[in-house]
Amino acid sequence: MNATATPESVIQLLTEVKDPELPMIDIVELGVVRGIVFDGGTIRVDITPTYSGCPAIQVMEREIIATLSSYGFDDVEVRTVYSPAWTTDDMSEATKQKFRDHGIAPPRGSAETGGIAELVSLRRARPTVECPFCRSLNTTEKSEFGSTACKSIHFCNSCHQPFDHFKSF
Amino acid sequence: MSSAMFEYLLRLGDDRLVLGHRLSEWCGHGPILEEDIALANIALDLIGQASLYLKLAGETEAKGRDEDSLAYFREATEFRNLQLVELPKGDYAFTIVRQLFFDVFSYHLLEQLQKSSNATLAGIAAKGFKEVRYHVRHSSEWVVRLGDGTEESHARMQKAVNDLWRFTGEMFVADDVDREVAASGIGADPSAIQPQWEKVVRNVLDRATLVIPDDPPAMAGGRKGRHTEFLGHMLSEMQIVARSHPGAEW
Repeated sequence: MNATATPESVIQLLTEVKDPELPMIDIVELGVVRGIVFDGGTIRVDITPTYSGCPAIQVMEREIIATLSSYGFDDVEVRTVYSPAWTTDDMSEATKQKFRDHGIAPPRGSAETGGIAELVSLRRARPTVECPFCRSLNTTEKSEFGSTACKSIHFCNSCHQPFDHFKSF
Repeated sequence: MSSAMFEYLLRLGDDRLVLGHRLSEWCGHGPILEEDIALANIALDLIGQASLYLKLAGETEAKGRDEDSLAYFREATEFRNLQLVELPKGDYAFTIVRQLFFDVFSYHLLEQLQKSSNATLAGIAAKGFKEVRYHVRHSSEWVVRLGDGTEESHARMQKAVNDLWRFTGEMFVADDVDREVAASGIGADPSAIQPQWEKVVRNVLDRATLVIPDDPPAMAGGRKGRHTEFLGHMLSEMQIVARSHPGAEW
């Protein structure tokens, strides 16, 4: 193991691991990496899953081990932690811009936390999602469920493009 | 304690595994493309949640069983899911009414379980709670649209409510397992959830112009391994690959 390694330098290496379904986004900016612990000769990487059933997490786990191994860290343990739950609330503006550059509307505002009475009301306020192509706010939600667990489907009424939205969660 | 906790985790896992499998049967058969995708997404959430609960169940039991061995190598009588979730998917009305009944139950249950004294269980529940918010929105919207829709959609939705209502009581039956995990702060007493559940469900059904049938909710037994004839058939399909090729990886 590299004697000069620090948790910060390991985090830097982990930015080379991308989300397999969003290859422009790395797992650090996605908020999946929760911490690095040096335990004797072992590096423990704590990660948290995005959605319970997201299959990308297993790929990420393998990639973390492969990436750190390519830098000479052979004793790596990946541990899954659940609390606090993964959220899109802390995503940086730079990361959100990467989503837009690839035609996906980034999460907007914080994940909603209203009670069940709001959830079952057809008149509930729906978040305004900005078109990633023309930045128009005149868009329509087509489905809260999209091509992956983390995305919903929308349509821009200004530039007439369908687009994916990375949901606030 | 650990045997009650193991049982409790099986219930949480099996409800979501079996319902997730039933929902996955819609994949490629949804009434419209968006709904095909929505139902497959919700199935994925439920199966993902199930794998987390069953993994923890295996660790609690400490006999070397993981989530896959619990899902694929138990018989129907060893499953602890509600009978509600194992019934065949029926038509889209049946599927959506069942989702509303289960989603609202799951919402109130996971809201409590986020505060579990077991930190891992609390974390898994908190994640699931965020997902079930989407599920509740989805099922309640469709129940109102279809119930208060055309003559045909209303008739199908009312039939689904009539057929499913007697399976809803089982969700709120508390037994020794529930009482033990609730007393120790690990689990939640399902009987305490019933008033909130009924208030929300009645509100949605009212707006959907659907009425609750007179027959009392009667069916029960799933928590003890007594199931309808449908679970065994479902499991034979769900488990066939894992049992034909034990330990296979791809």
